[in-house]
Amino acid sequence: MTQLRFRDALREAMIEEMDRDERVFLMGEEVGHYQGAYKVSEGMLAKFGERRVIDTPIAEAGFAGVGIGAAVVGLRPIIEFMTWNFSAVAFDQILNNAAKMRQMSGGQLECPIVFRGPNASARQVGSQHSHAMEHFYAHVPGLKVVAPAFPDDAKGLLKSAIRDDNPVLVMESETLYGLKGDVPEGDVLVPLGKARIARPGTDVTIAAYSRMTHVALEAAALLEREGTSVEVVDLRSLRPLDEDTLVASVERTHRLVVVHEGWPYGGVGAEVVDRVQRLAFDALEAPILRVSTLDVPMPYSANLELACIPQPARVAATVRRVIGDR
Amino acid sequence: MRGTLDVALPMPTAPPLASASPGSRVDHLAALYRQMLLIRRVEEESARAYAEGKVGGFLHLYIGQEAVAVGAIASLRPDDYVITTYRDHGIALAKGMSARSLLAELFGKVTGCSKGLGGSMHMFDKEHHMLGGYGIVGGHIPLAAGVAFASKYRSDDKVTLCFFGEGAASIGGFHEGLGLAALWKLPIVFICENNEYAMGTPLSRSMSVEDVSLKALGYGMDRDRFFADDVLEVEHRIGEAVQRAREHGTPTLVEVRTYRFRGHSMSDPAKYRTPAELEEHKKRDPLARAREGLAQAGVDGARFAEIENGVEAEVADARKFAAESPEPGLEVLAATTYSGPFAY
Repeated sequence: MTQLRFRDALREAMIEEMDRDERVFLMGEEVGHYQGAYKVSEGMLAKFGERRVIDTPIAEAGFAGVGIGAAVVGLRPIIEFMTWNFSAVAFDQILNNAAKMRQMSGGQLECPIVFRGPNASARQVGSQHSHAMEHFYAHVPGLKVVAPAFPDDAKGLLKSAIRDDNPVLVMESETLYGLKGDVPEGDVLVPLGKARIARPGTDVTIAAYSRMTHVALEAAALLEREGTSVEVVDLRSLRPLDEDTLVASVERTHRLVVVHEGWPYGGVGAEVVDRVQRLAFDALEAPILRVSTLDVPMPYSANLELACIPQPARVAATVRRVIGDR
Repeated sequence: MRGTLDVALPMPTAPPLASASPGSRVDHLAALYRQMLLIRRVEEESARAYAEGKVGGFLHLYIGQEAVAVGAIASLRPDDYVITTYRDHGIALAKGMSARSLLAELFGKVTGCSKGLGGSMHMFDKEHHMLGGYGIVGGHIPLAAGVAFASKYRSDDKVTLCFFGEGAASIGGFHEGLGLAALWKLPIVFICENNEYAMGTPLSRSMSVEDVSLKALGYGMDRDRFFADDVLEVEHRIGEAVQRAREHGTPTLVEVRTYRFRGHSMSDPAKYRTPAELEEHKKRDPLARAREGLAQAGVDGARFAEIENGVEAEVADARKFAAESPEPGLEVLAATTYSGPFAY
C-alpha cells in the first residue's frame, strides 16, 4: 500500500498500462506539454514522448473520432476530455460510432477505447461547466460507465477500463483529484460492474458514486450521532450496475436513498430505484427516495450552487424521511 | 489546380499504367469495367428488391458514380483501408465484399456482412479492410483520420481512403477530421464525391464556394479536382494522392466530380433537377465510357458476353442467396452489442 492522491492514482494506472501495452496511448487537450489541465498526466510526455502522449487542438469531435478510428484497427486509446462537459460536442462520436461499432459491423469490429476526465460540478463554474454527463452515457447500450470515489478504485477501474474490449467512460471529479488514499502497488485491477460497501450499516442504505459517496459518508456520520446506522454502497460502476450488492444491502437495511449529482428526471438514480423496487420489493419498508442536483441549470452564486448540489444535510434529511417513525 | 501550395510535393508525371503492355492495360480496364458493371447491376437489383418490399429502410444507390469507387480503390493495396458514408454499396463491392454478402445484408439476413444488423448504410467487411458505411453525414471523417493515425503510430505504411459527399463539407466533422489529418500528417486521402446534390440541395445553395477542394487550402493540405468520367483517370489521380500518403505521410483532399443517376434515396423523386439535366449527365456515363474504351481497344463481342454473363450470373446467385438465407435470431443482439458479458 502507498498513499496516493486521486490524480496520481489515475496517472499510475495509465503509466502502468502504457508500459505493459504498446498499443495504449493518451490523447487530449493539454495532456502533454501543459502537463494536464488538472495535472493528471503530469510527467507522462517526458516518459513516453510525443508519439504516445498527444496534445490535440480544441476539437473534441475530431479527436474523439480519431480515437475511435484508431481503436477499430487495433490500438487502445485513452482520450482525455478536459472536462466531460466538453464531450457534448463529441456526443455523436461516442453515441453513433463508439457505442455502435460492434453492432453495426455485425460483431466484426471492436472499439476498445477509454474516454476519461472530470465530471459533474467543480466550484462555481456555472451552468455550462457543471454537467453530470454520466446519466446521458449510461443510457446507451454498447458503452460502459464507471465513476470511482477513492484513489484505489480510480487506479483499479481505469486499468480495467483500458484492458476492456468495449468503450469505457471514466467519470472523475475535479473536487476529488487531491483526495489521498491507500492504493495497492502494482497490477491490481478493480472489476467493472462491482459496487463496494464504503461503510457498513444496518438501518438504511445510501447508494452513491464519485464525489457523492463522500457526501453520503458525511451524512452517515451525522446520522450516526442520532443513532441511525447507515450503510453506504459506493456503486463505482454505473453500467454495468451491481444489482446483487444493492439488493443484498437493501435486504439487510430495508430502506434505500440514492444520491447523485445531475438532474432528477430519469438518470442513474431512477434506474437504481427501478431495479431495487423490482428485485427487492418485499424487502422494502419505505419508498426509495433520490437526492439529486436541483432541476435547474447550475447557478454561479456560491450559496445557490450549494443549495443545488446534494449536501450532507439534505441527504440526512432525506434519510430521516425514509426512516420515519420506525 | 495541383501544386498550388508551398507544401505541395512533386507530382508523379506518368500514369501508373503507361509502362504496362497494351494487352495488360486492356485486361486491367476490362477488370475495372467488370467491377463497375457488377456495382451497376447489384444496385439495379437492389432497387428492384426494394420495390418488391424485400429491402427496408433507406436505400441510397451508387448508380452513375461507379468510376469513383472502382478507380480509387484500384489504386490501393488490398491491406489499405476504406471507409465511407451511407452510399456505400459500390465502395464495399469495389473493396472486395461479395455481392452475396451485400445483398443478404440488404435483405436483413444473418448471412449479410453485418448479420443483417446494419442494412444498406452499414456495409462492413473486416477481412477486406472495408471499415464501414456510416449514417451520420461527416461523422466518419474524424474516425477515418484515426485509422490513418493508427497506421502512422505503427509505421505500417497503409493508406486510408475516406469517401464522402459534397454535402459533408459543411459539417464540423469534415473540418475537424481534415484539420487533424493535416496537423499530424496522416496517410489518408479524403475523397469528396461531388454528385452535385446534398439530398435535394445543389452545391450553389449550400456552399459559399463552387470548388470544394478549396477547403484544403485552409489546412495547408494538397488538393486535386477532376471529373470521374474515365475510371483510369480516377485511378491515376487518386493514385497520386495515395502515393503521397504512403511515401510522404501527407493527406490530400480530392474532389471527384460525379453524378448520381437516381434520387438521393429510393423515396426521392428528384424533382429538384430537370430530366434534360439527367439525360445530359447520362451521356457521360462512366460505365458506358469504359465499355467504349474496351471496344476501341479491340475487345470483341465474345469477351463482352463473357464479362456481362459472368456478372449476371453473380448477381442472380447473390439475389438467390439473399432470398434463401435465414433471418437473424434474437441471440445475435446481445453478443453484437458488447464484447464479453452484456453490460446491464
